Amino acid sequence: MEKHEVRLSGSGGQGLLLAGIILAEAAIIDGKNAVQTQSYGPEARGGASKSEVLISDEAIDFPKVRDCDLLLSLTQKSYEQYNHGIKDTGVLILDTSVTVEEGVTNKIYSVPIIDTAAKVLGKPMVTNIVALGAIVEISKIVSYDALEAAVLKRVPKGTEELNKKALALGYEIAKESLTK
Amino acid sequence: MSKKVRLMQGNEACVEGAIAAGMMFYSGYPITPSTEIAEISAERLPRIGGKFIQMEDEIAGIAAAIGASLTGVKTMTATSGPGFSLKQENIGYAAIAEIPIVIVDVQRGGPSTGQPTSPAQGDMMQAKWGTHGDHPVIALCPSSVKETFDLTIKSFNLAEKYRMPVLLMMDEVVGHMREKIEIPDSSEIEIINRKKPTCSAEEYLPFKPEANLVPLMADFGTGYRYHVTGLVHDETGFPSNSTQVADDLIRRLMDKVEVNKADIISWEEENTEDADILIFAYGCVARAAKTAIKMLREKGIKVGLFRPITVWPFPEERLIELSKQVKVIIAPEMNLGQMVLEVERLCNKHTKIERLNKVNGEIIYPEEIIAKIQEVL
Repeated sequence: MEKHEVRLSGSGGQGLLLAGIILAEAAIIDGKNAVQTQSYGPEARGGASKSEVLISDEAIDFPKVRDCDLLLSLTQKSYEQYNHGIKDTGVLILDTSVTVEEGVTNKIYSVPIIDTAAKVLGKPMVTNIVALGAIVEISKIVSYDALEAAVLKRVPKGTEELNKKALALGYEIAKESLTK
Repeated sequence: MSKKVRLMQGNEACVEGAIAAGMMFYSGYPITPSTEIAEISAERLPRIGGKFIQMEDEIAGIAAAIGASLTGVKTMTATSGPGFSLKQENIGYAAIAEIPIVIVDVQRGGPSTGQPTSPAQGDMMQAKWGTHGDHPVIALCPSSVKETFDLTIKSFNLAEKYRMPVLLMMDEVVGHMREKIEIPDSSEIEIINRKKPTCSAEEYLPFKPEANLVPLMADFGTGYRYHVTGLVHDETGFPSNSTQVADDLIRRLMDKVEVNKADIISWEEENTEDADILIFAYGCVARAAKTAIKMLREKGIKVGLFRPITVWPFPEERLIELSKQVKVIIAPEMNLGQMVLEVERLCNKHTKIERLNKVNGEIIYPEEIIAKIQEVL
């Protein structure tokens, strides 16, 4: 049985809830089961927020992450709050602004997600889509086709080209970090 | 294509189920974690000719839904703990005036404003005892997105069939969780509508019960003029001070559920055939129990699950039967012991009962259930 437990974390307002929904939707398009849950404070923006996605070929009972295969953290605060329960084989995909304490044995990919959205594309609002591109390039947990279909289904009309570009850049910066 | 596969949120599935059941009116006051039910109703209802009203508070939210139901439309309101408290008086009103309505409570940490964004199961006893006086209660408790869809339909069906308020007791995890759901074709969905009088308006006695103890219900505005009150009333609907009328009415209201229990009650069992340990769990906690059972069964430990789907009326008989078979019942709940009181009342003659309670705003994890089982074995 193939099962993936994914935790996406960052600051409220970075769009990680939507990223989790898109990832779960992509898994369903691939014909798998998926459950997405979230947790957030009463404040809508700022603060650490997380969105969790479980993907499996079988039925999913418990809906929250217990043995994390993949942690995405876009901010230092969210990394520190949510870096528990990571499997030995679990990977960390971190924005380049996030620093990791010594002694972490997990495979770490440091990817310029926030800068790519803000500086290369000039649109911080697609940070979450760049992040999804990076996650899928590194982990292959959903197919590229399903991911693109899920992104296009959930983003606002008129932003399709921008989001496709964000996805492509996500793949690209992840590839660069893979060869490092 | 007969089935539509979608990724859907529990709160969204509640609205979709309500619309599939025939909901045409929603009134309420949005509150986390139920807000999406109001939002999506506001978006969906006007498109199908229905009405959505945001009221000034939770009390007005249920009151408007009760009023609208009298005109013959199916109505719903949704809330969370603080709003559920405010709605209690009108739940009693709907019970005595025999007005069908669905009330959804997406439970969060309490008391008072408590923990707005965190799950809890702290309103389970309030569902039964929150409003004063003896009154019938039907409360259903889903543990998945698909089941939220199904049980919302069932809530409407039971409300219409028995002319009473029906409570759908969700929790923050089930309400906010998104998962895969196959929406059935409308032809596959059973819909029950209230029975209407066929006699003339002059002959109509609005609270004269049929053989199943439920009176026929005329739509307001169709010429059948009658009186509706929260006071004890006779078959005409007008208040009465007769002790006989009072006794007959309250007993009939209670009996609508009591004598029809077999039609109303449902539950789920998993791995109970050979179980010598039984987990009693409902809502999102039942999902933790299922994962715990898989892990324990791999080690050869014979654990099963009993999950009440109707929490009220409580599936007493089957649980008593199972309690005679098992060595221990473990009752994990996201409160400090509510439904376990029923388990203890019914089963403590037959087996040992162990509580597992959590009120920190976090779901109970499978590992916590496993640890409890290992502790008591």
